[in-house]
Amino acid sequence: MRFILGFIGSVFAAILLFSMISNLATYYGNKPAPLASDVFHKEPKELHLASDGPFGNFKNQAQLQRGFQVYSEVCSACHSLKLVSFRDLKGIGYNDAEIKKIASDWKTQVPSINPDTGEASTRKALPSDNFPPPFANEVAARAANNNALPPDLSLITKAREGGAAYVYSLLTGWADPDTYRNEHGERLPADAKPPQGLHFNPYFANLNIAMPPPLTTDGQVSYADGTKPTVDQMAKDVAAFLAWTAEPNLGNRHAAGVPVIVFLLIAAVLAYLAYQQIWHDAKRSVRVTGALDPKNQAKSRRAKAKQGVAG
Amino acid sequence: MVTQSAEGSTDTGHDGGGAGVRRRDFLNIAAVSFAGVGTVAALAPLLVQMAPSADVLAMATTEIDVSKVQSGQGIKTQWRKQPVFVRNLTPKEIAEANAVPLSELRDPETLAQRTKPGHANWLITLGVCTHLGCVPLGIGEGENKGPYGGYFCPCHGSMYDTAARIRQGPAPKNLFVPDYKFTSPTTVQIG
Amino acid sequence: MSFSWAKPYEPKHPLMRWLDERLPLPRLAYGAIGGGYPVPRNLNYFWNFGVLAGIFLTIQIVTGIVLAMHYYATTDGAFNSVNQLIMRDVNAGWLLRYAHMNGASFFFIVTYIHIFRGLFYGSYKAPRELVWMLGLVIYLLMMATAFMGYVLPWGQMSYWGAQVITGFFSAFPLIGEPLRVWILGGYAPDEAALTRFFSLHYLLPFVIAGVVILHIWALHIPGSSNPTGVDVKEERDTLPFHPFYTAKDGWFAAAVLLVYAVVTFFAPNYLGHPDNYIPANPLATPAHIVPEWYFWPFYAILRSFTIDFILPAKLWGVLAMFGSILLLFFLPWLDKSPVRSGSYRPVFKRFFWLLVADVLILGYVGGAPLNWWRTALGQIAAAYYFLHFLVVLPLVSAFETPDPLPSSISESVLHGEETEAAPAGQTKPRRGATATAG
Repeated sequence: MRFILGFIGSVFAAILLFSMISNLATYYGNKPAPLASDVFHKEPKELHLASDGPFGNFKNQAQLQRGFQVYSEVCSACHSLKLVSFRDLKGIGYNDAEIKKIASDWKTQVPSINPDTGEASTRKALPSDNFPPPFANEVAARAANNNALPPDLSLITKAREGGAAYVYSLLTGWADPDTYRNEHGERLPADAKPPQGLHFNPYFANLNIAMPPPLTTDGQVSYADGTKPTVDQMAKDVAAFLAWTAEPNLGNRHAAGVPVIVFLLIAAVLAYLAYQQIWHDAKRSVRVTGALDPKNQAKSRRAKAKQGVAG
Repeated sequence: MVTQSAEGSTDTGHDGGGAGVRRRDFLNIAAVSFAGVGTVAALAPLLVQMAPSADVLAMATTEIDVSKVQSGQGIKTQWRKQPVFVRNLTPKEIAEANAVPLSELRDPETLAQRTKPGHANWLITLGVCTHLGCVPLGIGEGENKGPYGGYFCPCHGSMYDTAARIRQGPAPKNLFVPDYKFTSPTTVQIG
Repeated sequence: MSFSWAKPYEPKHPLMRWLDERLPLPRLAYGAIGGGYPVPRNLNYFWNFGVLAGIFLTIQIVTGIVLAMHYYATTDGAFNSVNQLIMRDVNAGWLLRYAHMNGASFFFIVTYIHIFRGLFYGSYKAPRELVWMLGLVIYLLMMATAFMGYVLPWGQMSYWGAQVITGFFSAFPLIGEPLRVWILGGYAPDEAALTRFFSLHYLLPFVIAGVVILHIWALHIPGSSNPTGVDVKEERDTLPFHPFYTAKDGWFAAAVLLVYAVVTFFAPNYLGHPDNYIPANPLATPAHIVPEWYFWPFYAILRSFTIDFILPAKLWGVLAMFGSILLLFFLPWLDKSPVRSGSYRPVFKRFFWLLVADVLILGYVGGAPLNWWRTALGQIAAAYYFLHFLVVLPLVSAFETPDPLPSSISESVLHGEETEAAPAGQTKPRRGATATAG
């Protein structure tokens, strides 16, 4: 049987060897040109948020509220926030009255039924509702956006490599494809330039994104707290806000984690000391029992002596 | 041959007397209790997750528009996924309710105690019979209001009067009046 | 229990006596994990990982049952029930979800270490062949459970992972496509597939628990092996499981749970893939479909077969992938060396570490996007994997000269395994004469 198995193994190995040879031959036969996206794609810029790191939290409510303002005035025209409810805004510092107003003032209404006729209609949003999407469904969204689907932003920082830093880099990253040079000074080849309807942004994985730059001028949004609304600042703020929508419980998680880890550390130390104590003698001596136990040997010697057997 | 350790003792325990034993027991007890406390603490999220979640709690407040409810009419609506009866009492029904002596009632309450001042004609109660939970009849047009002109529960025959108080039948208490307030002359906020 | 010196159960507490007379559970526990189960005294920390696997199975079952109270197994509701309801609204929902998600990864980490312990120390050899095979059954059930569990959030990776893995079945000629459609209940992963995966994902862990009981029962007949591979001969070779190994397992479990807590609370998405936070879209394939990390070596083996040779390349890939696990069932008969432990088999030891490196390379290749040199590397590594078990091990076990073994466990404990394992000439290997003493 072992020969059969050995044979099967050799067959697999042989096929793999052939596959590899063929693969290498194909590769060296016609080396594929490097993809434009590999050459020109940029890694996200650094972004430092209050939510970074093991002690990150969402206590910087000022920035989060500014970010929410950017979302509601700029992004919500195309991007939904379907998993977030108006009542969740309490987490960034709005009170009940403000939330009620934000909900009822929201430019998109919630689908509903006319209570008298039963026909489909809409109603103002309540705090218990989720953010109503700007488009009723995917077809409507694509129709309004040149066949591109603006993704929902509720989880975007968890759904993209690079997280909030990626969002920030993307929002500040549009460049002119004709003049752009990468870090090696290379220019974009003609086939990597954006076709009609797309826009060049080196932070985007495929380089050409359907979204035109949404933050174009300083002061697009006027901040209530007086912070200067530069494009860079607005991008940072909305990235911070989206980090919150993706993971609103981050602060709770970190806060709960510290006592758990301290507890387990102490428990592990205590348990280790107890283990050492229990094992202390067992590791060093070998306990002899039965016929070889000196006590028993003494006993049997005494018994033999009693019976007069020569020891 | 059998060899013994350099320490010489053939016993693994019982050295040093009481103090040593107490010390080693203490460590074991400490370690095990820590583990026990940890296990109990780990139960907390398992138990707490069954409590109503934030979205359920958010639906704990409902606003109802009562502008279309005429005198003598009532509507059935919902609060916390339970039926709510909103009834606009006629002066005759109010008089009937006030005429009942409290000693006759199983669950003595006056109509005034069950309504808001200034809105004495609005009777807002849960539509859940206090016996075993059926939805009583009487709120809609043409439904059987029972002999006391209020509500009648078809399941086991509980009968409520115009103030939704239990008068006859197995139900022990009056229909429950939830916390509510009039946020405008025509809007009621429950919960 | 087969050791004559195993302490019999003597209930002292009247309640325990009452219970034991009617249902011998106290006796069972005493004989399995209490003072009545003698265990070799020289076990190292690699023997802790079985218990750890049991702990993580328990964590998964408990968190899973509780998550199932909130999860909706519908294509419309699944993603939202996980990412809105559980992660935001359910009290401590985020904790339960992250604990379950990372618990699966840790379950596989400890299981892999447990398996490699078995490979190095020859735990699969007689008389423990059935323990080994039951363990492989547990591993296969774990893989099925994990795969189905990953589909449940209905993210992009959930959906496309389901497409790829159920697509394997269509590689088989004739029966393949009907089999795939039968498994899915449709032509693509959809409502039917999701609900049945939920049902089976809930069921299989309890099947795993049953097989674990058989696995432990089968082990307790000969008792545990030990790092020397030498059988237990006398009482002084062993220690009662309680309190010695309950204490050792206890502290190490606390340390491992500490690492688990650090990941769950501070880096819960590190082992996952961002694409699974995108709702499933049957019309758009992610740029790089990858399974979870614990499947990466098998994914690499699958993708290594690129040429047709009698059979299509895809079928070779599927056969090799399943074969790579199935061949492990034959291991007790492939490796015929009478020496159990790798500690005393110098040639075997080198090939063992080569296997470890090989599996790590396969894992790397499986998780990274394919390019020409990674494919080649994966092909070499996959070839070595099969050669290792099916050609190298039988040859090594037939022709190897093992190091001299200690005559008993207690001798190796007393004198140190290094002296015993040293080549003849440096220290006198004490065979024969002392083996009969004590």
